[in-house]
Amino acid sequence: MNATLFKAPKTADAREVGVRCRGVVKEFGDGETRIRVLHEIEVDVLTSELTLLVGPSGCGKTTLISIVAGLLDPTEGEVELFGELQSQLRGRRLVDFRAANVGFVFQQYNLLPALTAAENVSVPLLIQGWPRPKALVHAHEVLEQVGLADKFNSLPSQLSGGQQQRVAIARALVHGPRLLVCDEPTAALDAHSGRTVMELLKRVAVEPGRSVIVVTHDSRVLEYGDRTIEMADGRVTRVA
Amino acid sequence: MNWVAWKMLTGDRAKYLGTVFGVAFGVLLISQQTSIFVGIIKRTASQVIDVREPDFWVMDPYTQNADDIKPLSESDLYRVRGVSGVEWAVPLYKGQTRAKTETGHFWQSIVIGVDDQSLVGAPAKILQGNLADLRRPDSIIIDDIGYGLLWPGEPKILGREIEMNDRRAIVVGICDVSSPFFTFPVIFTRYSLSMNYVPPQRRQLSFVVGRVTPGADQAEVLKSIDEQTSLRALNNSDFLWMVVGYYLRNTGIPVNFGITILLGFLVGAAIAGQTFYLFTLENLKQFGALKAMGLRNGRLIGMVLLQATVVGIIGYCLGIGMTAAFFEFTADLNPNLRGLYLLPEIAAGTAAVVVLIVLLASMMSLRKVLILEPAVVFRG
Repeated sequence: MNATLFKAPKTADAREVGVRCRGVVKEFGDGETRIRVLHEIEVDVLTSELTLLVGPSGCGKTTLISIVAGLLDPTEGEVELFGELQSQLRGRRLVDFRAANVGFVFQQYNLLPALTAAENVSVPLLIQGWPRPKALVHAHEVLEQVGLADKFNSLPSQLSGGQQQRVAIARALVHGPRLLVCDEPTAALDAHSGRTVMELLKRVAVEPGRSVIVVTHDSRVLEYGDRTIEMADGRVTRVA
Repeated sequence: MNWVAWKMLTGDRAKYLGTVFGVAFGVLLISQQTSIFVGIIKRTASQVIDVREPDFWVMDPYTQNADDIKPLSESDLYRVRGVSGVEWAVPLYKGQTRAKTETGHFWQSIVIGVDDQSLVGAPAKILQGNLADLRRPDSIIIDDIGYGLLWPGEPKILGREIEMNDRRAIVVGICDVSSPFFTFPVIFTRYSLSMNYVPPQRRQLSFVVGRVTPGADQAEVLKSIDEQTSLRALNNSDFLWMVVGYYLRNTGIPVNFGITILLGFLVGAAIAGQTFYLFTLENLKQFGALKAMGLRNGRLIGMVLLQATVVGIIGYCLGIGMTAAFFEFTADLNPNLRGLYLLPEIAAGTAAVVVLIVLLASMMSLRKVLILEPAVVFRG
């Protein structure tokens, strides 16, 4: 197995802070309908480990990772990603930063149904301007790493849920991001597939220089986390 | 990413074909109805279009179209010939009469009386017989479709006789003419003979047609004719548009066809717009995922525009092909549809309409994509 395929560009042996949240507040709505869903979040996510973000539904987990990944702006506070202040990355720069440095794994996989597994995996590379043949070759290599060498040309509809999530993981890692954000990656899977996905994440995603955040409320996956951040009512209640 | 856009578009064959055929049927409706409208309006001036030798027409100043004619006196012909700058001028009769076959079958017919000497105004395309035979006694040339109306289902042979205004006429030729507004036989004969085939009137001369001397200013010559004869002289184009304008102003044709064409546009725009919009809505999550992964809005716009362009081009080609095929295959099946065809101008105009429809559909879809928060991908 060629694990170097997934390596993040930065190769530090020591764990360091990849994501730093300082006083992050998020409010939705205006006037009387305004609600605060995140209350002054102060949390660090280290590289080279798998961080679980857990808590009951509605506690603000998804909002927090949306802000960390640069998909939502915080109302107040600051997020620092690998030394870059998000507030200084605006518009096109933020989009390009996300394209190069962030990988996503979604609960519902979000694979493009018309594309084969290899084509889906190649999408982040195409976004970065890779030529299609070269991107497909690389996508094949990454699919081999997640154990789907025989599924290159399968459409998502021809794959099981677990296989689709493995394709999604390959897609999230194909461009070697420094931050991997996984939103409930096992929620739509049975126990066996869930374990396979978490083992895969642990095996291929956790790399020196890369932070991996897994949002979950699935107690079966807690054993895979190196660190756990617990949230409740929009606040971080415990880091362990 | 263009390749991804293409695959997203064509991945679901049913939706892809539904979108393409939405545009295609819009194109069919617009181009076919516009072609029929233009064809029918052209028919109102078919006898003007078919007379090719002269370059001006002289008529009573109150004439409004080529069918409602106030006859001129024979002396008007000589007055026109006397105007400086007129190279030649000849009489032309146009009227209607009832033509009856030997079996008693009859049909209201258009009679065109052409100049006895020059045969100016005679049909240009003779299918059977010779134009020169029109100089023989009681001779007529009848149009191909008209022959079929008078002798339905019978072989087209020359020498047959018909009766018009109790006078015998012998078919010496069969010709092809532009379709008249009403499906009447068109019968050509000599001007002098045409007087026998219609009920007598004090004045019979319908038009004086002629040509301006080469090098002379046509507008000046026509103005001189107006001034010196108190008649109205128009060049071919002005006369044609006068006739067309009369029918546009005084019949329900433009309104009815206009409504149909507008409906075609609306139906085409609605089908194409809605299917394309729904296509985008259904793929919103995918677009959201692409945005989350770092795809810029500019490239997303490019993807949607590419999808819309592909749908527009394929839908247009299919639709315009269906219109062309409709006229190709129906012209021989029904004489009422002869002379109707797809004009290049209509094909070009329909293409412009398709561009508009596709742009509207794209803008509706793009708005949704551009305001889409990429964080939507985290919502289940």
